[in-house]
Amino acid sequence: MRTTTIAAVALLAAGGAFAQESKVMLKDGPGKDKAMQCVACHSLDYIQMNSRFLDKGGWTGSVNKMINAFGAPIPKEDVDAIAAYLAENYGKPAAK
Amino acid sequence: MMEKPDGRGVTRRNFLAGAAGAGALATLAPASRALAGQLGSSGVLGLAEIPDGALSEAVMYALPGKVPLIKKTYRPPNFETPVEYFRTPITPNKAFFVRYHLAGIPKPIKAADWSLAVDGDAAGGAAKFTLAQLKKDFKTVELTAVCQCSGNRRGLFEPHVPGVEWGVGAMGNAVWRGVRLKDVLAKVGVKPGALEVVLDGADQAPLAKTPDFVKSLPVDVAMSDDVLIATEMNGQPLPHWNGFPARLIVPGWTGTYWIKQLAHVRVSSTPEKNFWMSTAYRQPRGMFKTPTFTSQLYSPNEPITAMVVNSLITSLRSGQKIPRGKPLEVRGVAWDRGNGIAKVEVSTDSGASWAAANLGKDLGRYSFREFSLSAPTRADGGRVVMARATSKSGETQVETLIHNPAGYHHNVIQRIYVEIV
Repeated sequence: MRTTTIAAVALLAAGGAFAQESKVMLKDGPGKDKAMQCVACHSLDYIQMNSRFLDKGGWTGSVNKMINAFGAPIPKEDVDAIAAYLAENYGKPAAK
Repeated sequence: MMEKPDGRGVTRRNFLAGAAGAGALATLAPASRALAGQLGSSGVLGLAEIPDGALSEAVMYALPGKVPLIKKTYRPPNFETPVEYFRTPITPNKAFFVRYHLAGIPKPIKAADWSLAVDGDAAGGAAKFTLAQLKKDFKTVELTAVCQCSGNRRGLFEPHVPGVEWGVGAMGNAVWRGVRLKDVLAKVGVKPGALEVVLDGADQAPLAKTPDFVKSLPVDVAMSDDVLIATEMNGQPLPHWNGFPARLIVPGWTGTYWIKQLAHVRVSSTPEKNFWMSTAYRQPRGMFKTPTFTSQLYSPNEPITAMVVNSLITSLRSGQKIPRGKPLEVRGVAWDRGNGIAKVEVSTDSGASWAAANLGKDLGRYSFREFSLSAPTRADGGRVVMARATSKSGETQVETLIHNPAGYHHNVIQRIYVEIV
């Protein structure tokens, strides 16, 4: 439920001009719920825009940057599941 | 390939055979994809293509007060200017690109509510200026300058690098009107020990732990005659999305230093080491012939500073068919970091021969400079059209990408494939 709360707060804060971003949908798959935490700070189109060229290591680097450089409140234990979800759904095809 | 420099056409087969040696094959696949008309494609311009995901994510969307621009991301808002708007040397305010780093972008600010704070350990004192004071108490200066995002064309990097996957339109050229930063700083005084001038806008991070977007400039750059606090853009107040009521103008330097909604200027005796200076916006040291930010050399890399010479052909699309007998009209804009454009050469034979294009009116050394060349089309077949700008300091565009981790300074020469039919 925590992720849902973060998402709702972020969308409210963004206001009407960015209502469009609710049209941006992540692909269904294991780990999607954890990846939804990203929406606290930015629209989810950042993920689709950065596909498909990162492998799991690359996505792990991106998630860690969000935590370490930008202070994203993502639990460390979620990093692997998020990176795996991103690599599977938005990763370099050859890595599959 | 023995292409004759007299403009004889090449067949598509010949073109394909010869292009491999010239390094053009990489652009062919994107070019054919671009024929499908994908929004925001860079392949259509004879350049490497932005990532598939970025192409499929692009839509046209109009922010309040703007015309529809190419959406890269909604929040924070990152919107790219379509290439059509670069067919004139001045980019309209309504079409000027939008780039924010943090989702906490300020609500539209009332001009009467805005003030600029100036202070710092290397300032002689502290002061606050209202917009009215700024306009009344200081000399007004006007200049034309290109504002280009450091990461413009990042999406064209091969291999791709993460970030905002910009095509060619994270840039614009405008007539900026405002007051000199050095005049404002002179009001409070600058101590001899001043090292950097630190700049903060009204934008905020969504989380307390996220580093606020704060940038610094070397004090000598900040004190130069051309660095302005601009309150007007193309004769109008700045659009909200471009920094109303006041933004910094740092002609020649990349957009990261052009702080929007400028709120606080601090004169500092020490290097600014927040995330946006120490970690982000950095490039491998010595990789580019751009000015060195000497007070920021405390790690193996260095801050990006000024732009490299570049050009954009705006009149042609890869895959375009041109009736034989009609001239091939090659037009576009060229720019650099303020040395000025010495020449733009155009090739219509895959680089075998080059001819000097006509240069348009000189709008100042920091401005887009228009170029044009009309080439006859006597024979059928494929042609590869290229443009290569050279600055007055002798720098020119590169044939192959200088790859760097953050995706900066893409100034690879376009290779637009057109067919004479």
